Amino acid sequence: MTHHPAATILIGALNRGYGKNMNEMTTQKSLKKPGSKTRLPAGGKAAVKLKEHIVEIISDSGEGAQKCGQSLGAIAAQMGNGIWTTEIIPAEIRPPARSVAGASGNRIRIGSGYITNGGDETDLVVAFNEQVLLGRVRAKELKPGCIILLEDMWRTHADPKIVASYIETHDKLVAAGYKVYEIPMERECRTMVADARRGKNMYALGMLCYIYSLELKLAVDQIILAFGKKDQSVVDSNIMLLEAGQKWAAANLDFCYSIPAVRSTEPQLVVNGNTALALGVLASGMEICAMYPITPATSASHYLSEVFEKVGGMVHQAEDEIAACAFAIGASYASKCTVTITSGPGYSLKQEAIGLAVMGEIPLVVVNVQRGGPSTGQPTKMEQGDLMAAIFGSHGDAPKVVMAPGTIEECFYAIITARKIAETFNMVVVVLTDAGLATSQQPFPRPVFNESWMAPPVDQSPVPEGAKPYDWDENTGLARRFIPGQPGGMHTLTGLAHDRDSHVAYDAEINEQTLRFRSLKLAALQKTLKAPPVFGAPKGDLLVVGWGSTKGAIEEAVETMRAEGHKVSSMHLQFLQPLAPGIKEIMQGFKKVMTIESNWSDRPEDKIIDESNRRYSSMAILLRSRFLIDIDCWSEVKGQPIKPGTIRRVILQKLKK
Amino acid sequence: MNMMSDMKSATTCLLEMCDEHFELEDYQSGVPRWCTGCGDNAILAAVQRLCRDESLRPEKTVFVSGIGCSSRFPHYMKTYGFHGIHGRALPVAEGVKMARPDLDVFVNTGDGDCCSIGAAHWIHAIRYNMNLTVFLHDNQIYGLTKKQASPTSPIGTKSNTTPHGSYLEALNPLTVTLGVQNVSFVAQAADWIPEVLFDIVKAAYHHKGLSFVRIIQRCPEWLPKSLDPWMHDPNKVLLLNHANGLQPSAGLSRVYKNQLEHDPLNMDRAREIASNTDIIPVGILYNNPDVPCYEDLRHSDKLRTPDLTRAGLNAELDKYTVWPQGAEQKVA
Repeated sequence: MTHHPAATILIGALNRGYGKNMNEMTTQKSLKKPGSKTRLPAGGKAAVKLKEHIVEIISDSGEGAQKCGQSLGAIAAQMGNGIWTTEIIPAEIRPPARSVAGASGNRIRIGSGYITNGGDETDLVVAFNEQVLLGRVRAKELKPGCIILLEDMWRTHADPKIVASYIETHDKLVAAGYKVYEIPMERECRTMVADARRGKNMYALGMLCYIYSLELKLAVDQIILAFGKKDQSVVDSNIMLLEAGQKWAAANLDFCYSIPAVRSTEPQLVVNGNTALALGVLASGMEICAMYPITPATSASHYLSEVFEKVGGMVHQAEDEIAACAFAIGASYASKCTVTITSGPGYSLKQEAIGLAVMGEIPLVVVNVQRGGPSTGQPTKMEQGDLMAAIFGSHGDAPKVVMAPGTIEECFYAIITARKIAETFNMVVVVLTDAGLATSQQPFPRPVFNESWMAPPVDQSPVPEGAKPYDWDENTGLARRFIPGQPGGMHTLTGLAHDRDSHVAYDAEINEQTLRFRSLKLAALQKTLKAPPVFGAPKGDLLVVGWGSTKGAIEEAVETMRAEGHKVSSMHLQFLQPLAPGIKEIMQGFKKVMTIESNWSDRPEDKIIDESNRRYSSMAILLRSRFLIDIDCWSEVKGQPIKPGTIRRVILQKLKK
Repeated sequence: MNMMSDMKSATTCLLEMCDEHFELEDYQSGVPRWCTGCGDNAILAAVQRLCRDESLRPEKTVFVSGIGCSSRFPHYMKTYGFHGIHGRALPVAEGVKMARPDLDVFVNTGDGDCCSIGAAHWIHAIRYNMNLTVFLHDNQIYGLTKKQASPTSPIGTKSNTTPHGSYLEALNPLTVTLGVQNVSFVAQAADWIPEVLFDIVKAAYHHKGLSFVRIIQRCPEWLPKSLDPWMHDPNKVLLLNHANGLQPSAGLSRVYKNQLEHDPLNMDRAREIASNTDIIPVGILYNNPDVPCYEDLRHSDKLRTPDLTRAGLNAELDKYTVWPQGAEQKVA
């Protein structure tokens, strides 16, 4: 990661990254001269058809690039394009203006077909200043030679240092082969509004609508949706800027694209993973969410705070993570299953309380939106580092269910399933998502509410005479829980070892029996699971196994490689504890098996790493120990979703070995 | 709907409730394993008496505790109980109350549980002011882990972790509690004055909001003589009385002559009285029935039906739906 805004780093990055292309690539594209004869007049240029494009809009925080990107994604989705949008978030709320680490914005992959991930490098970027752009260059997020639409106001800025920095960066980007278009966004906006900072994003949106041949009416609808509540003048001025941006682009740019799309015949929902989680909570019939603010989980609770009360629910912001978990446990114990939403450090803090829920057999859903770890790590970055903590967390043997949705859509349904499992088995269900899913958007079929998603009413009927609070079934370990209010069911739930009457068990024998019952419940659940589907042929040279947010990227890589004749397939696990039946048989159909994950694994090429000390990535460890199959792994922990192009390279390499 | 039979069953139910009569045995469960002379026994007796006198329905009553000697309390009640983890009794109880305001929820916590490992929750529980009755069993020592100094141990207390005497002044749970915004009920009892202990337990139960009762109790095992100066000299106890507080009986007043009329609405005076540690004030220091309860502020009166959820969910989904061409707006 880059934290130093020194220009020397830029030079280094350029040399390392794209310097090779310097001589091959075109130099700066000049703006089309008015009246040029080689092109059709405004709006009439022949659009170059593309299968897909990746677009970024980046600015300082608070300049509206996020909104511009989200709108672009929504418009493309309405046109029928496949989209995947990813937020570009600085770690600070208000990083200094024009800072390299301060890029805020959105990245939108627009395609003709269904898009399942953020894709590889960016094809076109709109940048409100050159410094935020540098951050993206250094992160190697931009495709060599990509189109850059750069705000040009800095060239004539009053501060000579800014002017120098702008010119230096600009020239280097041009020299490195990027197609840089300097755009007078500020100047053009200032002819219409006093403060261009508010509204420049809509001007940019207008340009992008022209560039990608998107219907301007849909963009107008977006503006009305966003500003409709404010006064009409705000809506009008934003529409004016939007139209001006489109007109300017049509008159001045020498390129124009279209990404053919087919409108879906079914209504599609466009939300990010955290919103999908919150909607899942709403739909699951849970009534209480207890949480403590933590990035990147909090936006799920923000949204839930806004909507939960409309259906009689409540979000409790507790004094700390432990209290949030304990509050959720108390509410679950006395009523319906509840949920607590957190991220890595918060998940660590909850461990003792989770163990209590396991011991007391209290249903509980715990959502962990993973971020970079350990410790405070990288709060806004994507990582899959908490799988082991989720499965083995809390001291002693604390069996719990661990699920990981692989898509935005699965975020929604996973919560409903988790609630159901938690209440059926009286277990803790951990749902692992990550910062990637949390902030990405992808359309999926609009869910149709089903009453069976909801928790049944709280049982308040008298408990039959002689019934015991932990009457474990010999085969499944299941017991029906007694809920306060049920006459005859009085007992004291305890975190101590206890017998069927919930009496404290000092006897080691009873303790062992109850460990067995709690463990059997996982096996009972496992018996109800189906083997995960194989993406690609059921037999072949290589099976790639993944879990969580890497699903789209892995499957895209596998699909393109299969089209090229490689015998590679993939399998994505939604249940990580217990592992579904049939996994071993699937793996046995392949000559090689490897996992691709976003958590640490030792690099075999490191000098002192060999088979006796190599630490495998999390799921590889799980699969190796469970199935005694020599499963390899490849992992990357760069805080960004793994790109399909990277996975392709990894697979090729593995096939060659 | 069969309204008649519903009404009939409701009436029968009411009649049954009026008929219901509880004995002490209806709340007793097992034989307490506390040491002979332990103050916990006195608290248990007072609470069981309260349950009987108030005819609390055992299935609608929950005792929540943390970890420690005092936290074994729920095991000795024939009600619902929740014996959780160290320091977290309050947030668990808050969750119970939030989900089920119809239940009577009590909390039993010790000086280590409440004032040390769970101190953050203590502060915030006062601020939430949920309708809970909280008993701080304060014996100024860790008992279950075998004699370590607690935050309320008097300075100089010799223990296994402070063999040369504890180093710090004791924390005063009363002044801490009285310093937190939204505090609504604070009382202090002593295990060796059972009559007042019961009266306080009763007043605490009837208070709407979080009632915080610190009970100074003896630990015959680890600090056998530490409270003797106060036990043996009734004048070292200051009985608080007021028309809006407790009114000690004539018999009690003959023994405890050191009394003070204190209006429990007078916060400044309450803090002053609470600051005195040479003389133990016993009675209701503060009682303000008008502080709002968190569960009332947050509780929804919406009837949660599948239709309500369906409507709420669909309204949200509408905001993020991209409709197919020609099929704009609402699905049924």
